[in-house]
Amino acid sequence: MPKSFLIDTTRCTACRGCQVACKEWHDHPANVTKQRGTHQNPPDLNPYNFKVVRFREHLGADGQVIWNFFPEQCRHCVTPVCVDVADMTVPGAMVHDRATGAVLVTEKSAKLSAEDAQAVIDACPYNIPRYDPATGRLTKCDMCIDRVANGMAPMCVKTCPTGAMYFGERAEVLETARKRLEAVKADFPKARLVDADDVNVIYLLAEEPEHYHDFVAFAQR
Amino acid sequence: MTNHWIDIKNADAVLIMGSNAAEHHPVGFKWVMRAKDNGAVIMHVDPKFSRTSARCDFHVPLRSGTDIAFLGGMINYILENKCYFKEYVLNYTNASFVVGKKYGFDNGLFSGYDAAARSYNQSAWAFETDERGAPVRDFTLSHERCVFNLMKKHYSRYTLENVSATTGVSRENLLKVYKAFCATGKPDKAGTILYALGWTQHTVGVQNIRASALIQLLLGNIGVAGGGINALRGEPNVQGSTDHALLYHTLPGYIALPLAQWQTLAEFNKANTPVTALKNSANWWGNRPKYFASLLKGWFGDAATPENDFCYGLLPKGEKGEDYSYMYVMDKMLHDKMKGGFVFGVNPMNSFPNTNKMRAALDHLDWLVCAELHHSETSDNWRRPGVDPKTKKTEVFLLPSAHRVEKEGTISNSGRWLQWFDKAVEPGGQARNFADIFVPLINKLREMYAAEGGALPEALLKQNWPARYDAEEWARRINGFFWADTKVGDKTYKRGQLVPAFGNLKDDGSTSSLNWLYCGSFTEEEGNKSKKRDLSQTPMQAAIGLYPNWSWCWPVNRRILYNRASVDINGKPYNPAKAVIQWDGSKWVGDVPDGPWAPQADQEKGKLAFIMTTNGYAQLYGPGLKDGPFPEHYEPAEPPVERHPFSGQLRSPVYKFHSSELDKFARAADPDYPIVLTTYSMTEHWCGGGETRNVPNLLEAEPQLYIEMSRELAREKGIKNGDGVIVESPRGRVEAIAMVTIRLRPFTVMGKTVHLVGMPFAYGWTTPNCGDSTNRLTVTAYDPNTTIPEAKACCVNIRKADKLTEIL
Repeated sequence: MPKSFLIDTTRCTACRGCQVACKEWHDHPANVTKQRGTHQNPPDLNPYNFKVVRFREHLGADGQVIWNFFPEQCRHCVTPVCVDVADMTVPGAMVHDRATGAVLVTEKSAKLSAEDAQAVIDACPYNIPRYDPATGRLTKCDMCIDRVANGMAPMCVKTCPTGAMYFGERAEVLETARKRLEAVKADFPKARLVDADDVNVIYLLAEEPEHYHDFVAFAQR
Repeated sequence: MTNHWIDIKNADAVLIMGSNAAEHHPVGFKWVMRAKDNGAVIMHVDPKFSRTSARCDFHVPLRSGTDIAFLGGMINYILENKCYFKEYVLNYTNASFVVGKKYGFDNGLFSGYDAAARSYNQSAWAFETDERGAPVRDFTLSHERCVFNLMKKHYSRYTLENVSATTGVSRENLLKVYKAFCATGKPDKAGTILYALGWTQHTVGVQNIRASALIQLLLGNIGVAGGGINALRGEPNVQGSTDHALLYHTLPGYIALPLAQWQTLAEFNKANTPVTALKNSANWWGNRPKYFASLLKGWFGDAATPENDFCYGLLPKGEKGEDYSYMYVMDKMLHDKMKGGFVFGVNPMNSFPNTNKMRAALDHLDWLVCAELHHSETSDNWRRPGVDPKTKKTEVFLLPSAHRVEKEGTISNSGRWLQWFDKAVEPGGQARNFADIFVPLINKLREMYAAEGGALPEALLKQNWPARYDAEEWARRINGFFWADTKVGDKTYKRGQLVPAFGNLKDDGSTSSLNWLYCGSFTEEEGNKSKKRDLSQTPMQAAIGLYPNWSWCWPVNRRILYNRASVDINGKPYNPAKAVIQWDGSKWVGDVPDGPWAPQADQEKGKLAFIMTTNGYAQLYGPGLKDGPFPEHYEPAEPPVERHPFSGQLRSPVYKFHSSELDKFARAADPDYPIVLTTYSMTEHWCGGGETRNVPNLLEAEPQLYIEMSRELAREKGIKNGDGVIVESPRGRVEAIAMVTIRLRPFTVMGKTVHLVGMPFAYGWTTPNCGDSTNRLTVTAYDPNTTIPEAKACCVNIRKADKLTEIL
């Protein structure tokens, strides 16, 4: 049985502990960023940010401000199409670890041509992998496979102070997700789980995915 | 905090006001989330919709600087709609006290005002007393001058209409908060108020918090689980630094600063030891002479004897009425009244208001010592942008200081828990912790005074000063020792052994304690209690998340202050499901009670609930502050409006300010500076950013100075999201990047549109291209009680920048 995450955005305060802890664990250097009129920085996923908290705001029907936070990362799909596409040209460039459910990029991804690497990126329904020009490899969240293999929670989960993130056996996480959904429906009638049957990183949203980010749900493709 | 972090989960209503709790306390905020899980209503009242607001049930935008109007409206609502907890108000507050005939309030001014001196004669506000000196009380609350009726009259002016016109909050939103919070005025309901610098940094800062005290006392929310007034401290050890008197106005343990008019210890004690005529008032501060003698004994050891006033004469004395706060220090510097200085643990050239004045003032020093992790705007002031270093005379000594993780010792958190921290790694290079800088420095001075003499060498030479610093030894000194063999109960303590609790401190020189509040934290019996990590608790304690064996809490491990008010006068909990303490007929169980005495109803052995006030009652009416016995709404020093809708007094009549040529102020409703600026911190940078701007992954997340503004203001000024903006006040000019957002909205104040912008103060020039001090805009106007500057509200103007030089 693979592992799964539940990311309950109704509990997220966008403190970005997960974003920074992910960088620290992976020894990623900082990007040089600029203030562009938003709190969201870096602007996008990149080879040094496997996780980025996205900020999006809009006015609700009653005129109240709604500010949504979306800690974005690879969904570690149950059937990862990126692995299939990579396998077509460089077998083993990406692997699906059956034990944990982790979808991983390997050093062989450097052998993908620019065009084939782009095909992998384009195949991802959630627009996750990024090309690293320095190494020629694809990059993305690795589920902290080194930690998970040693019985520890991924760094982002470990860091989250408000209980927005759960990690565990898939069946157990699905159960938690359903319970949380029921609980938050009282406050957020439009609450939903995103693509729960198909992904191992299950987001609980308070409202429609487009109010969070352009690539939250498969259906947004 | 009167309560503590975990206790927030017990609340039925959480009012977050003057605080951005989720952003500045991201870990502690989990207890707010827990309260929400338990069904509490969570409200955020703040000028800006922030990450905190996003997790609340609702956010109510409030014009910065109008908190007392908002809270005064709530007090009026409570009184008009009888939401108060009458039994609590009668038994535990001074609602029944009759105020003397000299008290008055007219058109914004309390009686006793001296316009020339900009101060009040507080004796005009005194209570009426009987022949014994006891306050006259009217438990029927019918006397026209009893506190309850004066309060009712005072706040009757705070109508929804007046409050809405002042604050810019709609009537509907006012009622939404008032109704939700005032529902906790029932015996078995609790509401907590979380605040921070958003309340303190105003010319009416102290009265903002007083206003919350009135609300919490009327609703019976003080002393109970899930209640209280909770100051969320922005630095992990601010509580400790306050307790240990890092500020100028007290000695450790909240003992007043000695003044020149009190030349002997007897004179000091006479002036600073309250006396009550009510026999069942504990009047705990009546013990102050014991604590002060023990403090002096801790400082001077064997040299301190009853015959020499325990060396009281060697302490420096302040002059009455003189202000020694940092704002006055900087002004003295500017006027060449200081030659040198030590600046530790603060970056004033970025964090103090009117930074241009501060930077100019620091240039007047001959020498400056800083201890820092990194170069700061202060250590490097001599080479700041736009100045020629050759023209700056200050000789700077920059000492490398250890990081928090490179030192061991205790930290007192917001909830007053004393927790021991181990050293994770040795300090890098030659870095030292502050104590390892100060202890040898004082020893060097002692050596020099011993060899060369000088003015009053005894002040240093007689001190009980260690050869070397040891954190645990210091913790023992803070707890305190016996200096003579002493019998406590049937146990005899030897000279040099630790005092078990502050009840054992004496004024005869037989005990020492560097801070009476911490006496009991390190004992012969249990060792260093700040290291306790035991989760055991009774079922009663478990019901409210109280862990008495995890660390230690001042005073005497009491986790919820004023807990005698959580029970009725017979000691029965008002909310049995979340009982804090309970009288079982012979003793208290639960939390450590506010004193061991029997409940208040016991005329012989019982004591009144509020043991820290002279007469035993919590003070709805407080005659001790500089700016009035009741909180009154006054506009900030720079008001965006011309008049006060329900008073003739626009600004506080007693707020302090400086008036050098560098201290300029905008006029009321100044057309040149029509926009309100509020300043703040953020999750990603810590305070002025001196540390966090040097952490690349944090700078990546929040790289440059921004100014948050409404879409309406941006449209009016032709500014687009991401544009460079020039922000100007009468004191300075700052560059920032526009963040145009729906999270800020214009306010309608007395029919007129008032725009408000917000900026963080985390950026400074030593980090390239990130922007420079926001505080170049803020004002040198202060609260009359604390001299805290009004960093949360001043007036500015903004325009689109053609070119930026500070942010690239």
